[in-house]
Amino acid sequence: MAFIPHTADDVARMLELIGVQSIDDLFDEIPAELNAGALGVPPSLSEMEVGRLLSERAAGDGRPLNFIGAGAYEHHIPAPVWAITTRGEFYSAYTPYQAEASQGTLQLIYEYQSMMCALTSMEVSNASLYDGASALAEACLMAVRANRAVSSRRILLPRAVNPTYAQVARAIAGNQDIVFETVDFDRAAGRTLLESVQPFSGQEVTALVIQQPNFFGSLEEVDELTDWAHQNKILVIAVVNPTSLALLKPPGQWGSATGGHQGADIVCGEGQPLGVPLASGGPYFGFMATRMQYVRQMPGRIVGRTVDVEGRPGFSLTLQAREQHIRRSKATSNICTNQGLLVTAATIYMSLLGAAGLERVAAASLQRTADLVAALSRIAGVRPAFTAARFHEAVLLLDRPVAPVLAALARRGIVGGLDLAERYPELGHALLVCASETKLDVDIEAYAGALADILQASRAAA
Amino acid sequence: MADLQAREPLIFELSRPGRGAGTQFPPRAAGSAQVPAHLRRAKAPTLPEVSELQVVRHFTRLSQMNFSIDTHFYPLGSCTMKYNPKACNSFAMLPEFLGRHPLGPEPQGFLACMYELQEMLQEITGMQSVSLTPMAGAQGEFAGVAMIRAYHRARNDAARTEIIVPQAAHGTNPATAAMCGCTVREIPCDANGDIDIDALKAAVGPATAAIMLTNPSTLGVFERKITEVARIVHEAGGLLYYDGANLNAILGKVRPGDMGFDVIHMNLHKTFSTPHGGGGPGSGAVGVGARLRPFLPIPVVGKDGARFRWLTERDLPQSIGRLSGFMGNAGVNLRAYIYMRLLGREGMVRVAQFAALNANYLLKRLQAAGFEAAYPSRRASHEFIITLKRENRLYQITAMDVAKRLLDYGFHAPTTYFPLLVPECLLIEPTETEAKEDLDRFCEAMIAIRREMETEPEKLCSAPHTMPVRRLDDVRAAKQLDLAWKPTA
Repeated sequence: MAFIPHTADDVARMLELIGVQSIDDLFDEIPAELNAGALGVPPSLSEMEVGRLLSERAAGDGRPLNFIGAGAYEHHIPAPVWAITTRGEFYSAYTPYQAEASQGTLQLIYEYQSMMCALTSMEVSNASLYDGASALAEACLMAVRANRAVSSRRILLPRAVNPTYAQVARAIAGNQDIVFETVDFDRAAGRTLLESVQPFSGQEVTALVIQQPNFFGSLEEVDELTDWAHQNKILVIAVVNPTSLALLKPPGQWGSATGGHQGADIVCGEGQPLGVPLASGGPYFGFMATRMQYVRQMPGRIVGRTVDVEGRPGFSLTLQAREQHIRRSKATSNICTNQGLLVTAATIYMSLLGAAGLERVAAASLQRTADLVAALSRIAGVRPAFTAARFHEAVLLLDRPVAPVLAALARRGIVGGLDLAERYPELGHALLVCASETKLDVDIEAYAGALADILQASRAAA
Repeated sequence: MADLQAREPLIFELSRPGRGAGTQFPPRAAGSAQVPAHLRRAKAPTLPEVSELQVVRHFTRLSQMNFSIDTHFYPLGSCTMKYNPKACNSFAMLPEFLGRHPLGPEPQGFLACMYELQEMLQEITGMQSVSLTPMAGAQGEFAGVAMIRAYHRARNDAARTEIIVPQAAHGTNPATAAMCGCTVREIPCDANGDIDIDALKAAVGPATAAIMLTNPSTLGVFERKITEVARIVHEAGGLLYYDGANLNAILGKVRPGDMGFDVIHMNLHKTFSTPHGGGGPGSGAVGVGARLRPFLPIPVVGKDGARFRWLTERDLPQSIGRLSGFMGNAGVNLRAYIYMRLLGREGMVRVAQFAALNANYLLKRLQAAGFEAAYPSRRASHEFIITLKRENRLYQITAMDVAKRLLDYGFHAPTTYFPLLVPECLLIEPTETEAKEDLDRFCEAMIAIRREMETEPEKLCSAPHTMPVRRLDDVRAAKQLDLAWKPTA
């Protein structure tokens, strides 16, 4: 029997001790009319049979050459990362409520928090949230609690922020009467202009969201936006890519003291680039960091270093008075878990790469994207959409609808990017592409060659 | 006695300038010069500089400071710490699954698995439709309550903002209600653990949005009046929300849809054995009856002829929206799918049967050893509650003391102080995958601890003694916050 160790003899002795005739007698408190009867699910398969089924389905999906980013980024994952992460002692442990029997997980989370503070240049980090999109939703709710200078629940959400994040923030935070105000982006530069937020000067606004790099891969002028926000008593929520932080100014140093204080107030983002595979969209993890003054407004688990009764250092979950199992309806969030296993992977990844390795990953990704944009832009009918400086993603404009082109590329085993037609119809035939350090010259040449062929064939057919 | 790794320095303490895991670094690229100087980072972040072997050894040693299902019996009530089959991880980590970008062309093999998972979950729960998008039980709860609100709003019945929960409800229930802009009304249970029907009748009315129930309840017993509860709430215009925390207890025996529930969230990391991972990732799939189907969170896997595709806002315009950046914890869902195919219909029925057998056996043995059941007149479901209020009075021993002492005996502690309304309680859930010998060893440890209460109570009050650390100063942890390592220089 699948995973059930009981022998017939075990069952007989256990039933005898309980004092019932059969296992079904143990369910005698369930009203008989509710009995489910036989389940309409397939019969059991052996591990070999399931392995065959899954391998066939996986093989059918193939291994295309991928040039999409849009919130999930393909990077090399060092072999030790998942070899250690899937050790049973990490994989099959629960939330470290029993601190003495969970020091491994707890110390690892403390190390993770330390690394995220270093990367973001913030004072405190939590133990992670579900993913980047839901982390932004939680950051918006947190900003409402933290910004006591204003009584409104308005959040400025630029259109250059990942549109799915905006959808998720609306779905999760919208039930608490939070109003999201849209801020447009500059069509030429592909970034959010100071002029676009200035109409809100002097108004009651809770927070401004700044994504760096933004959804188009463009770099925002984070300093002037941060200073403007702080001058208007508006908190800054930074949405950042952790890989980029090896290269880009960390949110804790955005702006100057002229706005009152330097740096973003809440930092969040998608942790997936740190050693987590694309895996059809999850599990990933969201990260969140903030200033010490807002730590009690932060959702999610937090690990602290303390001492035991003998004065030896040790780690435990702390500030639990914020959480649902203590505060119930007054909790900062209903969240219980973090994404522990993914944090394990990320901590191992950051340890292996270090600042020098991560900087190389960031620089190589930036370079490969520049190479890709250059190679594709040489093709007739393809040009870059925006002028702003970029990190590792870019919008290209085609001279014809993107969807058929992507379908033709897919037939050649190339996932050529994300069609922005639905998300940003005003951009025309816009295609979002990404290349990381995993893309070699031969990959970029293959993409450029295929795209040139497809566009030419399409032109000839017209 | 437990045998864990004693101590391990912080990874930062192993760091030396200039050291690194060089084979993991990509070749140097010029890229950074393209970033305008004022947007560039001035000083490198303080990440460790260590060799690959140091990393491997450090994190391996940290792992050895943990209890886990793979190493220890883990009877943590309400958490369903059953064996996580290795096959589920191996097949979910096939390179084609791992390498797939979520926004690429719709992968038919992967989506076939997800579609079949939705169908199996529908069948098991008696629901009409399932969305796999919520990333944990708490997010599934959020989705459920948000759908209930959307349903009432769509019927111009938006004044229904009150959620009824039993006193023993898990803390997420009231926290979720608050996140959805609802208020909570608690109702008591009677002395046998059933809902107080008169209190329920008095509580329902035109403000009732729904009742949130776990069945079997957090008290470890089946709510016998469930059909009556459903009738009362439905007649008052409210809906029934099933918190699937304890679904393991009834798998294949009784279906929430048949009990009258309109919406359910399932913790796939409990009942369907995906790993707990040291606190996540979970997956909190939601199932709904016909009334709530239009409001399901997106995306959902649909089928056009032979082709699978994601259903989005175009297909479900009344959806409560998206809860994750892509499609939830896809890899967790894949592990649950593999688990369900391994079990099949024969195996699934046995889950509840043997979970109940193990729980009732353990309860009877502990009762025989002198421990007091919180609900002695009731059958245990897949878990049960022991109350140590008498031991507390006699020996000044707390549930926490017993929990900590169990660690010394090599057992993870049961859940303590939940549910809050039973004093000095231990909530014990052995799960179906534990052998009789392991249950017996646990009983013997409890008997030995009971003896220590009488002979050397100080051994309990100061436990654990054999872990990497002794009891930690939680007050200091919360007052003198040390949440991140900082370089001293």
